[in-house]
Amino acid sequence: MSAAEPPREYRLLGGRIPYVEGPLKVTGRAEYTDDIKRPGMLVGGLLRSPWPHARLRAVDVTKARAMPGVYAVLTGDRYPTPFGVLPITHDETAIAVGKARYIGDIVAAVAASDERTAEAALAAIRVEVDPLPEYADPQMGLGPVAEPIHARGLAGSNIQKEVVQHFGDVDAAFALARHAIRVRGNFAGVTHGFTEPMATIAEATPDGRLTVWSATQVPHYLHRALSEVLGIPMHRIRVIKPEVGGGFGGKSDPLPHEIVCAALALETGRPVKIRFDREDVFLTNHGRHPTQNEVRIAADAEGKILAYDIQAVIDGGAWSSFGTVTTYYNGVLAMGPYRVPNFRYRGRRVYTNKPPSGAMRAHGGTNIRYSVEVALDELAEAVGVDPFDLRARNALPPHSTTVNEFRITSTSFRACLAASRSKSGWDGKFRKLPYGEGIGLGAGFYISGSNSPIHFTPKMPQCTVHLKVDMDGGIAVHCMQADIGQGSNTLLAAIVAEVVGADLERVHVIRVDSDVSPVDLGSYSSRVTFMMGNAARRAAEDLKGQLLRAASELTGHPVDQLVVGHERIEVRHRPDRSVSFLEALHKAMEKVGALTATGAYSSPPMGGTFKGARAGTAPAYSFAAYVAQVRVDAETGVFQVDHVWAAFDCGRVLNRLAVEGQIEGSVHMGLGQLMGESMNYRTTRLMNPSLLEYKILAPQQMPKVDCLLVGEDDPEGPFGAKEAGEGPLVATLPAVANALYDAVGVRFYDLPITPDKVVKGIEERRRSGRAWKGE
Amino acid sequence: MSAPLKVRINGQPIESPCPDERILLDLLREDLNLTGTKRGCDLGTCGCCTVWIDGRPTLSCLTLARSAEGREVTTIEGISPGTGMNDVQRAFVEKGATQCGFCTPGFVMTATALLRDRPHPSREEIVRAISGNLCRCTGYTKIIEAVESAASGGTS
Ligand code: FES
Ligand code: FES
Repeated sequence: MSAAEPPREYRLLGGRIPYVEGPLKVTGRAEYTDDIKRPGMLVGGLLRSPWPHARLRAVDVTKARAMPGVYAVLTGDRYPTPFGVLPITHDETAIAVGKARYIGDIVAAVAASDERTAEAALAAIRVEVDPLPEYADPQMGLGPVAEPIHARGLAGSNIQKEVVQHFGDVDAAFALARHAIRVRGNFAGVTHGFTEPMATIAEATPDGRLTVWSATQVPHYLHRALSEVLGIPMHRIRVIKPEVGGGFGGKSDPLPHEIVCAALALETGRPVKIRFDREDVFLTNHGRHPTQNEVRIAADAEGKILAYDIQAVIDGGAWSSFGTVTTYYNGVLAMGPYRVPNFRYRGRRVYTNKPPSGAMRAHGGTNIRYSVEVALDELAEAVGVDPFDLRARNALPPHSTTVNEFRITSTSFRACLAASRSKSGWDGKFRKLPYGEGIGLGAGFYISGSNSPIHFTPKMPQCTVHLKVDMDGGIAVHCMQADIGQGSNTLLAAIVAEVVGADLERVHVIRVDSDVSPVDLGSYSSRVTFMMGNAARRAAEDLKGQLLRAASELTGHPVDQLVVGHERIEVRHRPDRSVSFLEALHKAMEKVGALTATGAYSSPPMGGTFKGARAGTAPAYSFAAYVAQVRVDAETGVFQVDHVWAAFDCGRVLNRLAVEGQIEGSVHMGLGQLMGESMNYRTTRLMNPSLLEYKILAPQQMPKVDCLLVGEDDPEGPFGAKEAGEGPLVATLPAVANALYDAVGVRFYDLPITPDKVVKGIEERRRSGRAWKGE
Repeated sequence: MSAPLKVRINGQPIESPCPDERILLDLLREDLNLTGTKRGCDLGTCGCCTVWIDGRPTLSCLTLARSAEGREVTTIEGISPGTGMNDVQRAFVEKGATQCGFCTPGFVMTATALLRDRPHPSREEIVRAISGNLCRCTGYTKIIEAVESAASGGTS
């Protein structure tokens, strides 16, 4: 919690606004997909491949089809059209066609009267296969392989995407450098761990329409994928997003089971539900990629950065998913928060026979940020300068351009550094705490919305918001933005209420339903506050204009003499002369009936013209400087993070409760990856597909988190705001790693940092004869 | 076929032709449409399915429905009257302790039982009480704050 809250200029925005659907959630009345039942609903079941890589010779479903209570059995040949979240890498099918690519790949599906019958039917399906070579290690897929996982692999290899970029002259910079630091990192895969398992319901009706309820964070892309694969025009498909129990990126791809569910509904004419168990969730994954990287940093005598030279090999698993973006991000998201005059990157994402990796909170930025920040800590030590001073010396200035042509507008990175340095008491602690205790700094940088939408045909805004107000005075807000717990419904309502002067309870955010919600591209790349916020503000300004014109007629004062007050419109400097919200509304309705208003947002053109120039361009960026304080038990290697000072620049804070919630949740998730979360594989078999074996941090392990919100208004953000959903994660991990170094004098390059690694690290340091802090 | 299961749920006597292997969570969600109780893992690891049996927080995904025979089961639907909220629920809303909300009914059941038994718990007692409930969104910070606030009469 932050102590002093700055004075506000707005009635609602900037305060602590409780989430509008909170009362439903705390009473169990919020409706999630699995809470919905439709009359005559069938149970959908999926047969998953037990083989990591196998050619499907025959999938015999005759017995299953004949079983009583079985309504449909599907195999891959029925809907073989490939899809994927990125239009350029459609390499998934709803059900495996030709071969199975990982343990968990869907090879057949059934719809049955109940769960038991579905299970029995799945057990009755006979699959004959020819096993194929299994590829577990991405390094083994870099050259030609006997049986590429996908035909589209680069030159007979398993490389899904290779990115090579060079800006400036990196070799010349290294030749001139006084300091050259090199770190190599190895990062285990981690997964989202949202509490709500995926679920989908689909219903095809005799009017030729298909309705799909799904736990998705990107309803629009699901809408498109359903249409493409099923061959049904989009206007005959209705996608509804009920409440979603967390996403963090894991519900952002259109997923095969969603399409299978719809296909089963089409086959049977009955509603069908597919509900995942926790193992299904783990096997579907799309979490953070296992990654190996190398970061070289060249710097001058004062520690000014001269060049970055970065390489990454990224384990993609069986499909592309967001992988092309991931491959770019593992390089280009190192572009901030510092000025990097020369930059070279080679990234390769490689298919393996594992559950697909995809987008997870702070997608593409987390691992590279970790390596860079650890390397900078080493650089500060080599230069002999305080880590804060080193970072301040290199900070990107506001309104500047990076070497790869990212447009930087607002940045309060320096203010972040100042805040976490003073609040943490850094100067009295760094290298001064007793052995076993330490303090560390890590910095963050993340996109506030991706400038380029994934789909750009047809050309349309990234977000549209519609308002409808009838004589009852309730303001209905329609928008396909996906609240998955981050509070976007609340922000949407608050922005509208703020602009038109209404009470928050007057505004109703209507559940996402493609029949009525205008397109928003969904909850990914931390785009919602920025893009939806701007669209909402414009829609509300439109409505406000209509109300002001009506009030002008009523009061006889021209519009420019009128101002919006709380639930009323007032004549400026004449508070006695005012009309109520309803009076103005009813006047405005006289000729047109219910009012409608609309607003949209498209990000401005930006970025270079070279190949891949758009990757990482954003209308704004968030910045962070976190300090973590840790205590290490040097005997057992167990450590506790006691305190995190999270200085964050999200521009203007619109909902303090939500921003703090995002930071606290991000710290928790980041610490999880740092302290132990890991998708453990024996070759390609996931060994810990449960929350018992895949450990998420318990409340005892949470540090105290101080949210230091120091951002200045962004020139283009809604009311000056930027993102706070993903950026808050990235700085957490390196801050803790650097604190561990301060505590015990050991560098950790690989994640997670488990106690055994800490013990081993301390032993190695001692063996090398290096003492630490008078130990 | 055994005799129908007799159990009280949220104060109402229920008779259900419940098979012996029926899990309490399935009885509640699937048979009785009490969907406020959530299914997060089916394995006793997340706490989303927490209900009370005779007032004691219990994981309904690990409980056979038959084991509640003759006892009182309370779910999230049964702890606050009508359209109202109890102190814990109000504090959860006010403090932002619910983000995606999927874990929330479980936390509310755990916290409400805690405050019933220990109206003024220490922070450590709160942390211990909720350590069987998992939240991926909040980092628990605001959940703990909400329980503290409810314990002090909603003024903190
Ligand atoms: S569903 Fe019962 S503990 Fe997770
Ligand atoms: S609020 Fe989402 S898991 Fe707790």
